[in-house]
Amino acid sequence: MEKRVTFSKWTIGILFAVPQLFLIFTFFYWPAGQAVYWSLTLQQPWGGGNIWVGLDNFRSILSNASYWDSIAASMIFAGISTGLAMVIALVLAALTDRQLAGSWLYRVVLIWPYGIAAPALALAFRFILAPEAGFMAVVNRAWPGFWDPGLDGADAMASIIIAFSWKYVGYNFIFFLAAFQAIPRSLIEAAAMDGSGVIRRFWDIQFPLITPTIFFLLVINITESFQDSFGIVDIMTAGGPANATNLMVYKIYSDGFKGLDYSGAAAQSIILMLLIIALTIVQFRFIERRVHYR
Amino acid sequence: MTIIKRGFAALAAGALSTALAVPAFAEPVKFDFWFGLSGDLARVVDTLCKNFNESQKDYEVVCTSQGNYDATLQNTIAAFRAGKQPTVVQVYDVGTATMMLSGAYKPADKLMEENGYKIDYSDYFPGIARYYATSKGEMLSFPFNSSTALMYWNKDAFAKIGKTEAPKTWEDVAADLQALKDAGYDCPMAINISANESWQLMEQFSALHNQPVATKNNGYDGLDARLEVNKTKFVQYVTDLKKWYDAGLVKIKSKDLGQDMVQAFATGTCQLILTSVGDHGTVGRTQKEGMNWDVAELPVYAGTERKNSLVGGASLWVLSGKSDGEYKGAAAFLNFIHDPKTALFWSTNTGYIPVTKSGFDFMKSNGFYDKAPYKGREVAIASLTASEPTDITRGVRLGNFTQIRAEFGTQMQAIFANKVSVQEGLDALVKNGDAILDRFQQTYPGKTLP
Repeated sequence: MEKRVTFSKWTIGILFAVPQLFLIFTFFYWPAGQAVYWSLTLQQPWGGGNIWVGLDNFRSILSNASYWDSIAASMIFAGISTGLAMVIALVLAALTDRQLAGSWLYRVVLIWPYGIAAPALALAFRFILAPEAGFMAVVNRAWPGFWDPGLDGADAMASIIIAFSWKYVGYNFIFFLAAFQAIPRSLIEAAAMDGSGVIRRFWDIQFPLITPTIFFLLVINITESFQDSFGIVDIMTAGGPANATNLMVYKIYSDGFKGLDYSGAAAQSIILMLLIIALTIVQFRFIERRVHYR
Repeated sequence: MTIIKRGFAALAAGALSTALAVPAFAEPVKFDFWFGLSGDLARVVDTLCKNFNESQKDYEVVCTSQGNYDATLQNTIAAFRAGKQPTVVQVYDVGTATMMLSGAYKPADKLMEENGYKIDYSDYFPGIARYYATSKGEMLSFPFNSSTALMYWNKDAFAKIGKTEAPKTWEDVAADLQALKDAGYDCPMAINISANESWQLMEQFSALHNQPVATKNNGYDGLDARLEVNKTKFVQYVTDLKKWYDAGLVKIKSKDLGQDMVQAFATGTCQLILTSVGDHGTVGRTQKEGMNWDVAELPVYAGTERKNSLVGGASLWVLSGKSDGEYKGAAAFLNFIHDPKTALFWSTNTGYIPVTKSGFDFMKSNGFYDKAPYKGREVAIASLTASEPTDITRGVRLGNFTQIRAEFGTQMQAIFANKVSVQEGLDALVKNGDAILDRFQQTYPGKTLP
């Protein structure tokens, strides 16, 4: 006779889901809910009296000119750094995918940068891009005043874009290379036998087949450029000069932690969250239509 | 369930036994001290703590660096909200107003009185004491590492233009900078225009000239104080600095650009800088071989009756919600730091100045200021005590001052990059700074500064 404990499907489902649901609620929904609550109050840093102010925090942020500068800076940063990081990684991956002697070396070399922590990376680039030391000093000697990230907002923006894209080139490269390698060799060989060149093969065969990867990386890169850039900004420019690189996420950090304005920072995080959700929806609605899933 | 119950019982028993063990076995009472210094300075603090622990056997201070001032305040607030705050914490000067309204501290003078220590508060230099005292003069925290701003000048370069003394007025500075430029010096004077330089460019300048930074006596008289640096002598100062910058007499030096102004001075690249006396040791250690330099008080405009400069640095706050034993230890620790012998140890190993007259006298009588690397540091005391503090020169007490300083940096950068005029930039600083003050006032409705 067989002895067996039976559960209904429903109970089993719940049992398996409970630990994960618990974690999701503890680490995602509870803090997010807390942020919403904080954004509707004025929090005294040391605790104690919290004053309900409704949407006042949002009103005061959105009527602040420097906040709109910060949104604009974030958009410019996200657009250019994502574009750079993806195009460079795509070209490098396409080149590495071809059967070259020693291509394993390229792969290793290109994957490494992603493993470097943002602060270390930012420190290195701060030195490389310093106007009076390192490489740019040479350029500045040839053209005095060419490079001045300390006072020129465009130069400072370029510095953080370079550092951020450099890091994400490595990350994107891994995905692009994997996507290329998943394309059956026979397809490409057949095309080659039909006499099509490298560029033709890339656009007609490889590119359409990796569009799911491109789409995935686009979403990830844009989201990360809004969220993961603050370490680089903090070390390289601290939001300056004159707020030129005061990205939304950095403003949240400096207002909330350095300025102890928890409520203002919470309201800004809500706005940032809504913006990222909106951007993601736009991408899924309009760009995903062009993606070919196999 | 039983396991959990037993766990709780064990925990409770453990907590109880430690609580009881202290008096019974006379083990030293441990208490935490969090501070914001790092590197070289953190090692000096660690030694200071070790010296205290070895000086008696009733208390043991556990000193932990939190990296920097910002992080110390953030971590302390987080710990306080979780009920795990340290007993003593070092808070930087700009955090003073925030601390005063926090309701999270035990006034230092009360703590000392309750534990039987008699401290003569008139022994503190008035410029230092009033920064940390209430309007009635009660000391809420104890000054710890104090400094003030000085002018560092390269004697060799000035000798080339026939000068043997440092310029005393900004008019003299202008002439000297031009002469230095004409003598072939590429960087006569270096400045930095980041947020933290608000301390020496805006706050020290205003104090020396007895000009307000904000209404309500720089915020001492109420949370409704608002900035007014767009209509004081400070406007003239920024205009001049910008003019000299455009003429190549002043260069901007900061770490982001490759070399900060202290390095630029120590290597002989720039001939004049204004910075904290705390950098005196660094310049001495890193200076170009054989370079002759000295420090002087910050210049003032001709015809100004010079007032005392402001104290910078940090003070020690004792937080609320700790046990009697920990408070006894904290009181003993503060008393130890107050000792002139500790002042000598502290100032020898850092660039900070003694905060009490007796500490200063003790150091003078030990010949400290006659010895080579420390010579010149007494100028900082002269600058701090140049006058009895006025209602404006006792300090700046504004809420969220860190954010106001950040705004200062932003507007200075806009001015120097020619994005706005001097007046437009300072108007924007006042407008945005007032919004920050307004927000602070809203956060603490009906409260007043002690």
